[in-house]
Amino acid sequence: MSDIAKNSADLQGKTIGGLPIDRLAHLILIREIEDFLYTEMDVLDNREFERWLEFFSDDLRYWMPMRKNLAFRDHHHDITGPDDAAWIDDDKNILTKRVKQILTGIHWAEEPLSRVSHIITNVRIDRSITALAEGEEVEVKSGFLVHRNRLETETDFLAGRRIDILRRSGDSFLIAKRTIVIDQSVLLAKNLTFFF
Amino acid sequence: MNARVKLVDRQAGIVSREIYVSEELYQKERERVFGKAWLYIGHESQIPDSGDFILSRMGEESVIMTRARTGEVQVMLNSCRHRGMRVCRYDEGHTEKFYCPYHGWSYNLDGSLAHVTEYEREYKEQGFDHSQWGLIKAKVAVVRGTVWATWDPDGDFDSYLGGARQLLELSFVGWDGEGAVEVVGSTQKWQIPSNWKIVAENFAGDMLHVVSHRSVDIVGIGPNTESGRRDASHTAQYVQAGYAEGHASVVGFYNDTDPRRDYSASKITAEYFQDCYAKRKRVLGDQALISPAVGTIFPNMSFHGNQPRTILVAHPVSVDKTEMWRQYFVDRDAPREVKDFLRKYYLRYSGPAGLTEQDDMENWNYATNASKGFMARQFPYNYAAGIGNETTTNRLPGATVEVNGQGELHGRSMYGKWAEFMGEADHV
Repeated sequence: MSDIAKNSADLQGKTIGGLPIDRLAHLILIREIEDFLYTEMDVLDNREFERWLEFFSDDLRYWMPMRKNLAFRDHHHDITGPDDAAWIDDDKNILTKRVKQILTGIHWAEEPLSRVSHIITNVRIDRSITALAEGEEVEVKSGFLVHRNRLETETDFLAGRRIDILRRSGDSFLIAKRTIVIDQSVLLAKNLTFFF
Repeated sequence: MNARVKLVDRQAGIVSREIYVSEELYQKERERVFGKAWLYIGHESQIPDSGDFILSRMGEESVIMTRARTGEVQVMLNSCRHRGMRVCRYDEGHTEKFYCPYHGWSYNLDGSLAHVTEYEREYKEQGFDHSQWGLIKAKVAVVRGTVWATWDPDGDFDSYLGGARQLLELSFVGWDGEGAVEVVGSTQKWQIPSNWKIVAENFAGDMLHVVSHRSVDIVGIGPNTESGRRDASHTAQYVQAGYAEGHASVVGFYNDTDPRRDYSASKITAEYFQDCYAKRKRVLGDQALISPAVGTIFPNMSFHGNQPRTILVAHPVSVDKTEMWRQYFVDRDAPREVKDFLRKYYLRYSGPAGLTEQDDMENWNYATNASKGFMARQFPYNYAAGIGNETTTNRLPGATVEVNGQGELHGRSMYGKWAEFMGEADHV
């Protein structure tokens, strides 16, 4: 259990400078989660792909559904469901193979490597959550802007949202599930050899 | 482009780069190939009920595939007869009519004109004939649930397919040899900077591009032991089949005495396959031992019949841009675990994120790009592999066969037919 979690029960109802302590604990937790997500993207953009895999739990589902153009009455279903086709539906094993494929040095779609930058923003969790016990999970929403430039002039911009399930692990987290939703129905990038 | 240049020399296996990069030839293709050929539209399982529809494409143009009140599948141009607006802009759905959002004309599920705005006041007196102003309809044919259409009123699908019908029959029947298949939900759609023919040709049976997939073969994504990208537990002889109609395929002939251990990474899937395969042999006899691995029905419908089981249509967008539409297939009545296992295998194999397909696209895109130049386009591509090795087999009626399976009969078949469609046959 983290220090925050141990202390938060004792501090229920107390304030500092007029601010409720459980509210402060919530903000500290968000800051800790943001730091985790930003570090993860630093590692990825630095192309430390094997280290990046360590951010994920072994029971991972890494899922990137597709979007469709549907009538207004159906627009709540315009993200493909869990049994439907998708852009990506990986477990940890297959995500690891994607990394190993890049590391062969003959994965032609990423040889030479693309230049990729991730901007992660709009990080949010449920307001009532102040701490996570070991193994406890929280849903984290975030927005992303991914820029990929490759070889001479190939450039892709993808904007979208992620929903992560983060699991407390010691003084850090593991990502147990990542859902990636982009704002395109016809994918305008020629491939998805980069990660989110 | 010099019109006297021989664009396709089928006998010598020489194809001009102009056919991949010339804007002038691309404009001709829109009419002479995509305006006449039979094109894959979709699968019947996408529109099970009367009123269901999906959007598809014929060449660059948007078409609607519906199931009309009669239960018949209809394919029509998605453009209002009044002022051209798309009457449908939903990828899929269920409706009674298609309403044009511009001036309000509406159309029935069979494409017939239902309503004209201000008909009573502005059209009735002059004797406006509704029957002349329905959506433009294509001629439709269905094989094992796969729906095809052509703008050619004289188009005959049987003669168009020729012997290649056998490939579709074997690929899109259930594993048990008689059941139905269905599309796994939604269609992947993405755009790549490649000429469409390079895509179609690759799937027609290019067996020499093993080096492209070396990296996925090393990491292993196969549904058996995760070595390679497909099951390799059975022995089969693979041949190239080329048809005078322009279609081509790589076809496996299995050894009947060899045990099949497909999909053994999943016990449920492996058992389901074993049961189905035993039944397939009873239903189809020797045909059960024939397995189309990959192929292309001219011009742009490509399929894998087995692992993965999928259709890819290379829709032209412009001379150097292609919109890829990929669908995946499972047996309709398979257990849910089987469907899920296959779905995950398909998605790691194919599509823009597929560990196999990613490397294909890199080649197609940069081959297109590197063929555009003033110097580059003067020098033709070479499709000579295996010339002289052609024969025939009674297992594939109507096909020319390259028994070593490593030739380029696929390209010679496809481009030979392409030249005929383009009116370039006298140069062949």
